[in-house]
Amino acid sequence: MDDLWQAFFKAISLVVTLDDQLLEIVWLSLRLSLTAVGIALIIGLPLGAVLALTRFPGRRILNIIINVFMGLPPVVVGLFVYLLLSRSGPFGVMGLLFTPTAMIIAQVILVIPIVTAISRQVLEELYNEYDELLRSLDASWFRRITALVWDAKFSLTTAGLAGFGRAVSEVGAVMIVGGNIDHLTRVMTTAIALEARKGDLTMALSLGIVLMTVALGVNLVAYTITESAKRRHAR
Amino acid sequence: MSNYSSILPLKLQNVDYSAGGKKLIKNMNCQFEAGRKYIVIGPNGAGKTLLLRLCHGLLKPDRGQINWAGAKGQNPKSAQAMVSQRSVMLRRSAYDNIDYALSVRGVKRSLRPDLINTVIDRTGLRRVAHKYAPVLSLGEQQRLAIARAWVLKPQVLFLDEPTASLDPPATHSIEELIGEISAEGTTVIMTCHDLGQAKRLATDVLFMFRGRLKEMAPAEQFFTKPNNDLAQAFIEGHLIWWKRRPDRDDAQILEN
Repeated sequence: MDDLWQAFFKAISLVVTLDDQLLEIVWLSLRLSLTAVGIALIIGLPLGAVLALTRFPGRRILNIIINVFMGLPPVVVGLFVYLLLSRSGPFGVMGLLFTPTAMIIAQVILVIPIVTAISRQVLEELYNEYDELLRSLDASWFRRITALVWDAKFSLTTAGLAGFGRAVSEVGAVMIVGGNIDHLTRVMTTAIALEARKGDLTMALSLGIVLMTVALGVNLVAYTITESAKRRHAR
Repeated sequence: MSNYSSILPLKLQNVDYSAGGKKLIKNMNCQFEAGRKYIVIGPNGAGKTLLLRLCHGLLKPDRGQINWAGAKGQNPKSAQAMVSQRSVMLRRSAYDNIDYALSVRGVKRSLRPDLINTVIDRTGLRRVAHKYAPVLSLGEQQRLAIARAWVLKPQVLFLDEPTASLDPPATHSIEELIGEISAEGTTVIMTCHDLGQAKRLATDVLFMFRGRLKEMAPAEQFFTKPNNDLAQAFIEGHLIWWKRRPDRDDAQILEN
């Protein structure tokens, strides 16, 4: 128990003193996850909007597939991306395996279904509520979508947050396609796994503290934005 | 009012509408002229709301024609507005709700503040103009829905039981607004349950029962000497109901 406390206090000191190695890993993690979530939002939000607002054959099946994909095992996604990017795979010539780009690709695949499913649900509910008014006003297709996205903006941030949570805390896929290479593809989760296995609880705990702080911080920011918006409206 | 020439009269010819295998509007024939206040009355299930939704283009008839005879090439939808019994509030402020309606109709951003502020003052919404619309009281939401419609200067305003579930003061303020809107030349086509309200507002009354238009007449004539027995019974405050019999489908007057 004493060792644990000692490790914990050392971890705090690493965080407080902004240890170089720690900062490098944290920065890479955030950079990759934010990029992946950004790309997933660019693809997933319009896809969610299309699924929410249009009716076409196969829409139900597509919805089911996306919901199933929300629960994709990250290791399997990692393996799939690995096979695609490995030398013998179709994209092997691009030499992306064991690079941050490969990790972003894996994270994007994991996050897109979450963003799409949440945005579809949010927009579909709002669309059902607004439909008659928008048709009564004879609003164009573009006007309808912008109104829905604007009015659902706080709910849609949930999609981004859920996606970010998935991306930043994921370990299996990024371990396989990134390889956990020091100074290149080592992120918080893969480093925690490695350091814990090595018995270096100090570094593992430091990264754990940062990871927890990031997760809490992101949620706190989102909560603050939503609450301040509500307060502003309730004047 | 819209700068275009009037889209009225509105003509309905042999209009049928069905849903779920049931014919809900049956062989509807009527004509609405400009500048009048039409009140559609009748018991629940008579088809009053359906009639409004058909006229406003939210539903398509199965048979027959709904024709804006004066439209002559212009889009009749842009000269109409509708307020529902429980109006949808966009999740933004009262001011922005009105702004959105104007933006959809292509009103320039620079022109909007004056129009919005005028309609906010006329509808008594100044105190809540920057409040989040979904948290307003029912009466305020209805006034906002009317403001959002009124600011478009529609030639025809459809009102679907706009005072249902409102208390007398709120009802009074809505009725005053309807009077003002009508006085500006907007044709009002409104459904209601309240005979007193119909008497206060209507220039013409349509009485519907089970999807059929039983009578359409100027208000004074309708309330003093209706041609239809069911309309007479409805005015006198009797409950009317419908009972399917083996030999015929007919309405019955249930004596009070």
